[in-house]
Amino acid sequence: MTILLLFVPFAALLILNLLPRSVRLTAAVAAGAVLLTAEAVVAILLPFGLVDLAGLTPLTNALPFPLTVDALSSLVFLCAGLAGLTALSVCRSTMKSDRDGFIFVNLLLIALIGMNGIAMVRDLFSLYVFIEVTATSTFILIAIGRGRDAFEGLWKYLILSFMATVFMLTGVALLLLFTGDITLEAAATAFGQPGSLAWVALLLYFCGLFVKAGLVPFHGWLADAYTGAPAAVSTYMAGVVTKASGILALMRVAQSPLGSSPMIRELLLIVGTVSAVAGAFLALNQRNMKRMLAYSSVSQMGYIVLALGAGSRLAIVAAALHFFVHSISKAQLFTNAAAIEDRLGTMDMDQMGGLAARMPLTGASAAAATLSVAGLPPLAGFWTKLLIVLALWRSGAQVWAVIAILTSVLTLAYFLSLQRRVFFGTVADTWRAVKEAGPGLTIPAVALAVITIGVGLGFPFLLPLILGGGS
Amino acid sequence: MSVMTILLILLVLASLWTATTFLLLRAAIGLALTSVMLAIIMYDLGAGLAAVIELSVCAGLISVVFVSVISLTQRKPFSDYFERRASRLRRFWPLPVILFVVGIGLSLVSAPVTPAAAPATPQPDVRTFLWSTRQLDLFGQILILLSGVFGVLVLFKRNEKGGE
Repeated sequence: MTILLLFVPFAALLILNLLPRSVRLTAAVAAGAVLLTAEAVVAILLPFGLVDLAGLTPLTNALPFPLTVDALSSLVFLCAGLAGLTALSVCRSTMKSDRDGFIFVNLLLIALIGMNGIAMVRDLFSLYVFIEVTATSTFILIAIGRGRDAFEGLWKYLILSFMATVFMLTGVALLLLFTGDITLEAAATAFGQPGSLAWVALLLYFCGLFVKAGLVPFHGWLADAYTGAPAAVSTYMAGVVTKASGILALMRVAQSPLGSSPMIRELLLIVGTVSAVAGAFLALNQRNMKRMLAYSSVSQMGYIVLALGAGSRLAIVAAALHFFVHSISKAQLFTNAAAIEDRLGTMDMDQMGGLAARMPLTGASAAAATLSVAGLPPLAGFWTKLLIVLALWRSGAQVWAVIAILTSVLTLAYFLSLQRRVFFGTVADTWRAVKEAGPGLTIPAVALAVITIGVGLGFPFLLPLILGGGS
Repeated sequence: MSVMTILLILLVLASLWTATTFLLLRAAIGLALTSVMLAIIMYDLGAGLAAVIELSVCAGLISVVFVSVISLTQRKPFSDYFERRASRLRRFWPLPVILFVVGIGLSLVSAPVTPAAAPATPQPDVRTFLWSTRQLDLFGQILILLSGVFGVLVLFKRNEKGGE
């Protein structure tokens, strides 16, 4: 059954390209919407046992693919489904050419297969392969923008991804040399042996993952890629691609016995904190809205990694929940940015102002998302950040917990600056005739804002269910 | 001169050719040749798995590098071909020297790591290995190539309406 999560989108991809040109785009959007909705539904039903992917053992065993589904896999499926649906809607509203729209859906499906693979494979080489599948399709997605900015972003992403490839493959090769195996379990066993150099292999592999996640000091590509990419692509990338490519594997490491190793914990704490703080400071100084959101992503992914450094079960739950909350908030904020760009034709925040009056749905949903990411109660982001701080405190990392709280103040500062420059104040004469964006850009934004508020309000009831859910 | 020495020389030559040529097609072919040489050397040294991985990764990487590099460059006149080739050679000549020095250095220093014990059972044939144990990775490679195809469509095929 698990294999369907790879082969159904693949089959759809092949069939779509065999259709007559006149119906291709409509069919592609419909197929994409159905597949992404199905993915999100499967993710929601999985933890309740209503979709028992692992239960169909005869079929699973009949295939030689070592695929496993767990709670973290569900998390990726859910984020991929929601962010994908949002990106699809943004694509329909912003892509000028039908041909580009069709190619976008195809590449979105390839990236979806890549992320499903990342969520289900367990050996480090297969993980690398699916990370590359996701990255390669993302390169081309960015290139759809075609302009100088798009190619600059693509170029930086490509070069740093190549570095990541070198790091990860060297890590896999060294692990193979030291242990004769490329599973995380083998790495954990070798890591625990005195005098073992498995840490070199793991460090290299981690560096590759840090590049893919855009963590400091490997964040050089992220802002340019997000800013230069078409609106739908940056929505998809910020919503799920970057996180699934870089962060999920780190979460699996934290889940394994390696997660309790002091050396790994220290590494994650340092990289997470540096990313959270540096990302927040970089976001503070931006004029371009998408650039500010991009640096905010660096900062929030730093939070997730920081949580993993706590090395406890609570920390993994906190990181997973922040992964989800940040995924929907960032997909929504990039949709808001797409709506503004669609109406104003600029992303320069110094030229904006008072847009909440002209674009009330965009303004209100953006307020919910920014305040949630900044960690204001009772929104979802408040609870996940509280859990991160609690996990750090309980694991004895009090100093890191205090830094996390202070960084949250920085997050609030740059998002309030965004709100003031974009949505508050009086409307500039230039934008007096501006109207709210179309339903393709407002409906997904409002829907995601409702999820952010709903999860926030229902969090005290959801948390016991999540904590009691075993994996 | 052993076969291994010839392969190593060919590997260095192929990689140098890749670095020094400025014709994209030749660079891509050079990269492919380098990977093939490396894979043969790995297989000859008994690292069948690494050889297969090198070959399989190479196929995807080349398509991506090829497409992206072409997208970022523009056609230049051929009048200064020899001048530019000489300039590249001047820039890259230290590479083989560095490689030689590093190689000699590594051969003088004993390896600091103990390789994992070789498996008692003989390693499977590459074909068996590829088709019996790594199908998922092959599937991934197919997807990477598909992305490359879409890359070509995005970057090269003109819009039917003539807008691009």
